[in-house]
Amino acid sequence: MTFTAPVLSYTLLSPMLILLGGALLGVLVEAFVSKSKRSSVQLTLALSALSLSLFQVWQIRGEESLTAAMGSVIIDGAAVLFQGIILIISIISILLIADTGHYTALPAALPGSEEERNAIQSGEQVTEVYPLTLFAVAGMMMFTVASDLITLFVALEMLSLPLYLMAGLSRRRRLASQESALKYFLLGSFSSAFFLFGAAYLYGFSGSLTFSGIQQSVVGGTGNDVLLLIGMAFLSIGLLFKVGAVPFHAWAPDVYQGAPTPVTAFMAAATKVAAFGAMLRIYYTVFANAEWSWNPVLSAIAIITMLLGSLVAISQRDVKRMLAYSSIAHAGFFLTGVIALNKSGLDATIFFLLVYGVATVGAFGVITLVRDSSGEVSDLNRWRGLGKRSPFAATTFSFFLLAFAGFPLTSGFIGKFSIFSAAYESGATIVVLVAVLSSAIAAFFYIRVIVLMFFTDATEDGTSVEIPSILTRITIVVSFAITVILGVYPTPVLDFISNLAVFIR
Amino acid sequence: MFLPLVGAAVIAVLPKTSEKAAKQAALVTTLAVTIATIVMAIGFDRDNVGLQFVEKYQWIPSFGISYALGVDAIALVLILMSTLLAPVVVLAGWNEAHGGRWSVKSFYILILILETMMIGVFAATDVFLFYVIFEAMLIPVYFLIGGYGTGERAAAAVKFLIYSLVGGLLMLASIIALYVMSGDQGGHTFDLKALSNLEMSSTTQNLLFLGFFIAFAIKAPVWPFHTWLPDAAASATPGTSVLLLGVLDKVGTFGMIRYCLTLFPEASKTFTPVIMILAVISIVYGAFLAIGQKDIKRLIAFTSISHFGFITLGIFAMTSQGQSGAILYMFNHGFSTAALFLVAGWMISRRGSSTISDFGGLQRVTPVLAWSFFIAGMSSLALPGLSSFVSEFLVLVGTFTRYPVHAIIATFGIVLAALYILIPVQKALHGPTTPGNEALTDLNLREKLAIAPLIAIIVALGFYPSPLLKVINPAAENVITQLGFTDPAPTNGGK
Repeated sequence: MTFTAPVLSYTLLSPMLILLGGALLGVLVEAFVSKSKRSSVQLTLALSALSLSLFQVWQIRGEESLTAAMGSVIIDGAAVLFQGIILIISIISILLIADTGHYTALPAALPGSEEERNAIQSGEQVTEVYPLTLFAVAGMMMFTVASDLITLFVALEMLSLPLYLMAGLSRRRRLASQESALKYFLLGSFSSAFFLFGAAYLYGFSGSLTFSGIQQSVVGGTGNDVLLLIGMAFLSIGLLFKVGAVPFHAWAPDVYQGAPTPVTAFMAAATKVAAFGAMLRIYYTVFANAEWSWNPVLSAIAIITMLLGSLVAISQRDVKRMLAYSSIAHAGFFLTGVIALNKSGLDATIFFLLVYGVATVGAFGVITLVRDSSGEVSDLNRWRGLGKRSPFAATTFSFFLLAFAGFPLTSGFIGKFSIFSAAYESGATIVVLVAVLSSAIAAFFYIRVIVLMFFTDATEDGTSVEIPSILTRITIVVSFAITVILGVYPTPVLDFISNLAVFIR
Repeated sequence: MFLPLVGAAVIAVLPKTSEKAAKQAALVTTLAVTIATIVMAIGFDRDNVGLQFVEKYQWIPSFGISYALGVDAIALVLILMSTLLAPVVVLAGWNEAHGGRWSVKSFYILILILETMMIGVFAATDVFLFYVIFEAMLIPVYFLIGGYGTGERAAAAVKFLIYSLVGGLLMLASIIALYVMSGDQGGHTFDLKALSNLEMSSTTQNLLFLGFFIAFAIKAPVWPFHTWLPDAAASATPGTSVLLLGVLDKVGTFGMIRYCLTLFPEASKTFTPVIMILAVISIVYGAFLAIGQKDIKRLIAFTSISHFGFITLGIFAMTSQGQSGAILYMFNHGFSTAALFLVAGWMISRRGSSTISDFGGLQRVTPVLAWSFFIAGMSSLALPGLSSFVSEFLVLVGTFTRYPVHAIIATFGIVLAALYILIPVQKALHGPTTPGNEALTDLNLREKLAIAPLIAIIVALGFYPSPLLKVINPAAENVITQLGFTDPAPTNGGK
């Protein structure tokens, strides 16, 4: 028996390898660097790993050889775009994550225990959030390029596990944070199980774990269709859970609320890109020829996701929960792009993911600024009159909300317009009508927040707006600038995306 | 078009304390825009029914979107009206911004941004560009009402925004459909001309027409989409109300001509009977409610609903007189409503109350104010010799030749108009001076300067409307011919 050494094509894998290397180094830093320097060393390390990785992604964008690691990974144009977007979002959100005031001193300690008090008193501050972020980013990037079910599953776990941990790191409201982490973990495990179950059925259907193998069976129609349908359904459940589509959305509001806000920002923005990256790849290539089996179901899910997300958001009194429901509604909008199943749908979804991710990070960035003596204030009633106390925070936040609402001259409008027109082009008229309708519903609660900030008088309860640290300020300003520019002159980015966005089957 | 933006930028860099400088800069800018528009109007070739002063640049080529501007006679008239009103509003509302939530400076910045968009929305020839401006305009208005208005200003601002957004999104759905169809028929585009040549089934056309029409009917506002208007107009400052009723609402009626009729000629014909009925209901309903109003600003808002009914009636009568009448009506209504609102605003700020019955005997105390109100009111009820008469007459004649019953019912609107204008005129101006009004001051020089041009235009166009009609008529006829209508033979020996 002879073994052939696997050909890995390190160049194509390098963006992910750099991140993993950075993450491992980060673990070592955590162990060996002195407490006082740890935080800045970690930030530098994480930032340089992310930037270097982004640079590598840029380098390989035109590479000829497309598969790496023996066909487990496909680096095509769309993959480069997904990875790039994930990295851009990670870079701007790592600056937000860098504000260590959000994290508990010693996550391992029980909330309210002696141990925890000691840790706080001695000024300890662990910085494990950086390596965790890097691991998650690497997992997300792998998720979008995986081209067999095993790699996909490994990537799924790699991105999920650090996120479960990160959700439990919050300094304030420790119990809620831990509850959210546990909830996320339990439900996430269930969805992973569904995912695996689906993968097993697909293997039963096609006798292959690779995407191309399954696709061939779908095209050839030789396999047992029942197995295909079951496999597809369960796999989809796993993916829909990650994007927070109804009826698999229950975790989102609690986790968004409980997790430290910078982590929420990162999770909300980057996970969506990764999950939709994988989803687009699977539906646009593997299952493309079985469109009639999944299109009606996904359309129905998109419709209820958009409607439920927008409707429930109206009744929210907490700004983080409101954004959670808004992200659910957005998951529905992205699904319309999946349903479109055409080139313009692919381009539009990629563009919309970019603008939504950036605006989300910016919006949560603003939320981190609004505080009182015991931490962040996310109760909307206490946001009254913010426009007077902090024009910077209120104006930028309003702008991000308008972008979510899809108001013209913001990036969100171009995103929504392109994705809706792609879906309409594919004949999904009803889905588009519902999408437009739920945009109208959604506009209502975004605008209510703007009214609250600008047109009502402040209550005197000590809510104050933190003077943003330079890093947070960079995050907000950069997100703001991207949102404006992509709203007014999106042409270069749109062209870049449409030239590059191709799936290799 | 971008002149007001430059002015806004200048004001933005002025220090916060120099409120006077901000006001002066705003006035100078708006006047400069007015002059620029008049120069443009003089250079306008009125025999050419196509677009003139065309500017076109690629904006988002991958969607076929371009930044395309151009004016025909209809757009020109409305731009002229907007830019004439802007300096008047600035001058008339010199002290309006002081009660606001934010600085005086921001008030003028918002006004100037709004002016830019007003010009842009009339001049846009790219449907996408039109939509973008149509929606983006809401934001400055929203802040103008919510930030500087009175009473329930925040609620009124939100109501206004939500109504408009819902309409706008319906229009967006239609625009997307148009865009996709243009892609199927030879390349994605948003160019108005190219889109008007699209072939579509009558069902599609009807649906898309409704998307556009409802958006415009909310904006205009036509009954039953009008409920936001009285609140918004009553809460806004008089200057904002002038821009809201005088200009923004015209976007609705302008859109009906420019987009509904041009893009969906067949569907327009299908829906004409329904729309005519809605228009007549608007006329009568607005007038009846106006009679019942105790608040002077709400009264003017309801009269406007009645007037917009006339405009809609004229547009969908599908005769060239009706069409010209409607266009002229839009122009005239801008000035008569502006005059009414500004004078009412002065009355309110002097008396500290907006209830009609609080006034009385103003004729004696403040003669100039009273006369201004009187003339504006008379113009609003279309007294012969004042500008609105000509347009109202044209609309009715144009309607009568095709829809005699509608025209007759609409004529009752005029009778009611006499009631709703004469009652407040009588209460407020004549009779004994009611207690509390003895010490009111008359208009000062600034206010006289602001109202004078309005009254001059109202009177001048009442006696001699033909220069404007000469510009409008070819455009109106062009619209009608393109729809494939010919004017019915005059009955009873003509008009």
